[in-house]
Amino acid sequence: MVEEIGTTTEGDLVINVGPQHPATHGVLHLVLTLNGETIKKVEPHLGYIHRSIEKMCESLSYRQFIYVTSRMDYLSSHINNHACALCVEKGLQVEVPQRAQYIRVIMDELTRIASHELWWGAMAMDLGAFTPFFHAFRERETITDIMEKTCGARLTMNYMVPGGVMVDLHPDFQKEVKSFIQLYKSKFEEYNELVTGNIIFQNRMKTIGFISYQDAISYGCSGPVARASGVHCDIRKLYPYDIYDKVEFDEITETAGDSYARYIVRLKEMQQSIRIVEQLIDQIPEGDFQAKTKAVLKLPKGEFYQRVETARGELGVYIVSEGATTPYRIKFRSPGFSNLSALEHMVKGLKIGDLVAAMGTLDLVIPDIDR
Amino acid sequence: MFSLEGLTQLIHKWLNSHLSPSLALLTEFVLVGIAAIALFALLGLSLVWMERKVAAVMQIRLGPNRLGPKGIFQTSADTLKLILKEGLVPDGADKLLFNLAPLVVMIVAMLILAPIAFAKNLQIWDINIGVLYLSAISSLSVIGIFMAGWASNNKYSLLGAMRSGAQIVSYELSAGLSVLSIVVMTGSLSIKQIVLSQENGWWIFKAHIPALIAFVIFIIAVTAETNRAPFDLAEAESELTAGFHTEYSGMRFALFFLAEYINIFIVCAIGATLFFGGWMPLHIGHWQAFNHIMDYIPSSIWFLGKTLGLIFLIMWFRWTFPRLRIDQLLNLEWKYLLPISMFNLLLMTLVAINGWHF
Amino acid sequence: MLKEELKIKFTQLLSTIEFEEGGEWLNVYLTPAEFKSFMVQLRDDPSLEFDYLFCLTAVDWKTHFTMVYHLTSTIHRHHVVVKVKLDRNNPEIETVSGIWRTAEMLEREVYDLFGIQFLNHPDLRRLIMPDDWNGWPLRKDYEDPVNMIRL
Repeated sequence: MVEEIGTTTEGDLVINVGPQHPATHGVLHLVLTLNGETIKKVEPHLGYIHRSIEKMCESLSYRQFIYVTSRMDYLSSHINNHACALCVEKGLQVEVPQRAQYIRVIMDELTRIASHELWWGAMAMDLGAFTPFFHAFRERETITDIMEKTCGARLTMNYMVPGGVMVDLHPDFQKEVKSFIQLYKSKFEEYNELVTGNIIFQNRMKTIGFISYQDAISYGCSGPVARASGVHCDIRKLYPYDIYDKVEFDEITETAGDSYARYIVRLKEMQQSIRIVEQLIDQIPEGDFQAKTKAVLKLPKGEFYQRVETARGELGVYIVSEGATTPYRIKFRSPGFSNLSALEHMVKGLKIGDLVAAMGTLDLVIPDIDR
Repeated sequence: MFSLEGLTQLIHKWLNSHLSPSLALLTEFVLVGIAAIALFALLGLSLVWMERKVAAVMQIRLGPNRLGPKGIFQTSADTLKLILKEGLVPDGADKLLFNLAPLVVMIVAMLILAPIAFAKNLQIWDINIGVLYLSAISSLSVIGIFMAGWASNNKYSLLGAMRSGAQIVSYELSAGLSVLSIVVMTGSLSIKQIVLSQENGWWIFKAHIPALIAFVIFIIAVTAETNRAPFDLAEAESELTAGFHTEYSGMRFALFFLAEYINIFIVCAIGATLFFGGWMPLHIGHWQAFNHIMDYIPSSIWFLGKTLGLIFLIMWFRWTFPRLRIDQLLNLEWKYLLPISMFNLLLMTLVAINGWHF
Repeated sequence: MLKEELKIKFTQLLSTIEFEEGGEWLNVYLTPAEFKSFMVQLRDDPSLEFDYLFCLTAVDWKTHFTMVYHLTSTIHRHHVVVKVKLDRNNPEIETVSGIWRTAEMLEREVYDLFGIQFLNHPDLRRLIMPDDWNGWPLRKDYEDPVNMIRL
């Protein structure tokens, strides 16, 4: 049932966290109502980075709107582009060549690793451990260097287009990815030693920010947030796209539903991603990297929905087309939006330090929420 | 052997031969005051540089390396910048308290310098209740923090000051009890006596197990008292922006900043004095030859080395551990450290009475 | 359950239901009056159990609005798309935030961008636009000479 919104009583402290704040990853404005150190109410105020992407896309063609979407969840920009390309291909009924599918999945998984690395470093920094940030960025630099050679960009890579990928891989790509895989496997122990096993860290994360199985589903949580509460919702397993049905990897779920479980889920996901990359990197078939499509794309009249698994959760691209060269209505179902709605439920009654820990494990990227 | 006490004797004789006794004393006061302030400034600058370099090494990067060889002039440049900055007083802030707070913290830090023995016979004031004086004066810094938090007219600052106050007051107990256990062994509160009693070996070796426990508790407690990570909630950057000194800028902020590092130096100096012998070289029992060799290294170098070693340890903590939450922190103190340190005091007394030490 | 079975089940629950052909999932049309009770049944009926609302949006068709709800079941793994046509001059519909908690913020976003009133919503106010903004930006007839640049 709908909860009664609490009213402020005498002696409550109302403070603003953000929009400029070292702990909110982006411009998120939270209005906290505190009783001493205990949180009574959390109210997010969004819209500081609202760029009306959905309205903009109504006047951009199907080839153009993909560039705008890399800027939504900029840490998984490949995956965002992938989602849009898949949706358009669904409408056009175009068959993507195998080579392009392999490349797309490898790029997606590398992006997932890079995104989780940044999450890990930033979260440790929020909790006061400053050193893991540098370790995380060292790995992330290697990945972005690899991507830069192929895609030409380090953050907003507009590489995936309807039909395949934009250009072929750089000749050094396979060699560099293989050396990265070797390097990464040795680094993983470091992460566990430095942060995961630390008793202070565990005390700050265990039993904090609990969300139950039922509530996770009701609040629409997806991705690692839901999987930490036991919900099986990995889109790569349930509704596989591209060649995810041919790759072997585990869906990581935990049952504890607290911040520590979310942390462990993301760490293990990094391991699974490197496993996928390892399986695929030697198997990239020769062939076209892009299917032949017309220069100006027109989707037939109708509606198309595509779900993908980004580093944050389930991204949905919903295109309503009237047969023109531009979409009639695009809706991006952003994972962070629903995850953020669960924040108040998670931290009510806890302390400010716990808010920081819980928010860190939700892995919010605000441009993804505001679009 | 070079020794600083020769220098002090020289100055004392020169002044007394040229001026009347009271005027000589007055001049000595002024000289000591200037020396203390100079030491203050110098220590502040070098410790900040040391922190940045240590942090850099632990984070696989270089740290300041542009201004001066190895970046040693970086802190001077930062201090110059802070002096030139506009010191904003927020609207609605209590002006008197706002301006007074950094001064209180600074003065407390300077006062504590008095009984510390920097080298043989180089001590500003050998008061016979040295240890008690140190504990008492260090408690006064809480006032400065509360003043800063309240006068800023900012909810964040107030929260930070509250947290900090609770933390400091709690951890003083454990620190005091650990210090007390060494006093039990020496039988004297005077710093000079404590150092001299370690002539045949440092307390951490002589009073083995209880001294080790006391040392560990002491290090944890003073890390909490000086608001250093992992107990730095008061200035937790990602939670409260900067805690009680959010609203301070310019020279006032520089005073808080320097005072923090001086506090670290002081508590490490106390730790070195009590547990590691202060300026006393490493002597092992009555091994004359070994002790004689150790004496060749000047006592001021011994003192500095030990203090810097402990400072490095505290800096190491900061860059390795995440932060504790306020209730976990207070939990640690009241439920774990305090009982252990009380039990340890008993143990140390038993050891002292029965002579179970070296 | 498959599409056909869902069709049969839905016609059992509500005889005046309309289906739309084509599309990946089963598309269902409802009127605002029968909307709330049908949605409650979607969640509570043991053979349906649509517990995951993963997309809530609106489309402006110039003559009317259409609310679109994408639902799925984590237990039976079937999907449905529920659509409701709303009058453009007075768009009102019952809130589903009591059934699926995620709808609270999603409906606020739709209210902010389209101006659709959600009856009995606990806290209906602007979410993304500034609190004192005039107009409903995602409507097709929204004009803003200052901020919109027409290519």
